[in-house]
Amino acid sequence: MTAARRDVAIVAFAQTDHARRTDDLSEVEMLMPVLHDVLRQAGLRASDIGFTCSGSSDYLAGRAFSFTMALDGVGAWPPITESHVETDGAWALYEAWVKLLTGEADTALVYAYGKSSPGSVRDVLTRQLDPYYVAPLWPDSVALAALQARALIDAGDTDERALAAVAARSRRDAAANPHAQLPGARPQGDHVVAPLRTGDCPPVGDGAAAVILAAGDRARALCPRPAWITGMDHRVEAHSLGVRDLTDSPSTRLAARRAGAFDPDAARPVDTAELHAPFTSQEVVLRKALRLGADVRVNPSGGALAANPVMAAGLIRLGEAAARIHRGASDRALAHATSGPCLQQNLVAVLEGDHR
Amino acid sequence: MTAAPETLRAPFVVEFPFTRSLGPVQSAFLTGLRERVLLGVRTETGRVLVPPVEYDPETAAELRDLVELAPTGTVTTWAWNPEPRRGQPLTTPFAWVLVRPDGADTALLHALDAPGPESVRTGMRVRIRWAAERQGAITDIACFEPYGNADAGEEGGAAAGTGARPHDGVFDQPVTGIVTPARLDYTYTPGRAQTAWLHDLAERRTVGERCPSCAKVYVPPRGACPTCGVATTERVEVGPRGTVTTFCIVNIKAKNLDIEVPYVYAHIALDGAGLALHGRIGGIPYDQVRMGLRVEPVWTEGGRYPDHYRPSGEPDADYGTYKELL
Repeated sequence: MTAARRDVAIVAFAQTDHARRTDDLSEVEMLMPVLHDVLRQAGLRASDIGFTCSGSSDYLAGRAFSFTMALDGVGAWPPITESHVETDGAWALYEAWVKLLTGEADTALVYAYGKSSPGSVRDVLTRQLDPYYVAPLWPDSVALAALQARALIDAGDTDERALAAVAARSRRDAAANPHAQLPGARPQGDHVVAPLRTGDCPPVGDGAAAVILAAGDRARALCPRPAWITGMDHRVEAHSLGVRDLTDSPSTRLAARRAGAFDPDAARPVDTAELHAPFTSQEVVLRKALRLGADVRVNPSGGALAANPVMAAGLIRLGEAAARIHRGASDRALAHATSGPCLQQNLVAVLEGDHR
Repeated sequence: MTAAPETLRAPFVVEFPFTRSLGPVQSAFLTGLRERVLLGVRTETGRVLVPPVEYDPETAAELRDLVELAPTGTVTTWAWNPEPRRGQPLTTPFAWVLVRPDGADTALLHALDAPGPESVRTGMRVRIRWAAERQGAITDIACFEPYGNADAGEEGGAAAGTGARPHDGVFDQPVTGIVTPARLDYTYTPGRAQTAWLHDLAERRTVGERCPSCAKVYVPPRGACPTCGVATTERVEVGPRGTVTTFCIVNIKAKNLDIEVPYVYAHIALDGAGLALHGRIGGIPYDQVRMGLRVEPVWTEGGRYPDHYRPSGEPDADYGTYKELL
């Protein structure tokens, strides 16, 4: 075995007020206040940061190399150590976590942003699919989620009423989240692609988020109650939907096991789970894969059903879970992020606060 | 305080014809569709994958053992699409379906032409409707259509693996590549700083923004100082004259650009600006343009930005006045 692993924690989290449109803001103009907020919370300046990593996709707003423009908001001079992932910022956080574990940095700034408003995100997301057999059919993101929802209903795992209850609970909880785009329960509406109704789908919108990671004593100095990352892992499944069992998520389960979510020796049980389930039906799959019981508070923030800034929504799950630990509302939380159609790729982190 | 200028917006289309080469299994599968033959591939454990892939998704083993399947199958899940979108297989409401072809162990994504959601169910029997014109693409399957009246359970659709016959994958004139057009439509909005810049420019004023931290004036402004990571807010009119800091001579005519070559493309530091912008230099032979040349903008009638810059007639600028802007 290797030497004892460094302790790394999320010490600060900030996000925008997510909105349907932000026509008056460029991406960097939307992102910059969030970067300033998260640095202020940690009492750091940009020059104090050891590693910077971001997640975004140029396809969302149709702006080539937009992540280089976004760096304008960081203050990247003198040259900083920086990286970018073309996926959800949760994977940027994973890269930063590994960087801190190696000892090459003591602090990291992780951010993500997505402006879905300039384009049609249902169609944009078709471009991530198999280009030979699937993308030429332009199956949009709601259609693929609806195929998964139907499979779940056929399997007896859920029904439209249960899905509506997930939608209602999420948006009711979002009423207490000042950043949510859809605060408060609302009608389920018509079928978008049956069996999914408007209420089963995430809102389309723009937003950004940022977290700061710190190692060891640095974390303790920056945050009264750091959210220690006791484990994190991500796993991917086959890209062909017809090969997968859409009613299950073995990649989530494996990532969770490797992250220690099922550790029978854990002193404290998981009390909170922030799940990145953009569609109501996906929460059903994730609850099953993660074996979450009724004693676990799921998505107290309202989750992606209340605000789904694509590329940032997964990072926000980690941030929301950490923020609950920071303020003492959770002792051991599980955070999940997803990417790809029908929960193709999944990341799970376990976060813990020090004993009070 | 003045009111924020009206948000600018413009349609923006990103469009590519992606050209992709095919591996041996993909080539056989798509050529087969052209010939109205449905192929799958058998894995080492005997499973038949449709659509076929070159490598086993579980073991990564190379797969080459092709099999031919009947054009019939069973719906494993479906979703009713009341409003078809651009590029989708059918223009009238249809069901998205995963179909397990008879003899296969996995399912293929496609569309099912059905009169309404009440006529679709998991387990229903369907068959391929071939496109009238086929070229070797997944769209050679126009869609699936209902087939017979019984569900798979009642009629006993062929069990996995049993309906698959070996196939050598050899066809005349195999398809070795596909071209898939991709188009995404956006509405571009430039944000606060660039909106203000464009509004002023249309009135022939060049207005940058100063960084409150390092005092550099950005022209054009993008809303943030990339050195300090803070918002630029103080608006500063610069120019209109400036200095050529460096330049190049363009010898290749760009497509759809009505400018004779050779011409000079230059970095121009407008007076008062903290960095150079680029523009074309005209009104002077290309081989007489030099560093330090003083220039001024030339506007065309109704133009929203300078067409090019020309010599202003002033003496050349001393190197020391622009060396920091190179």
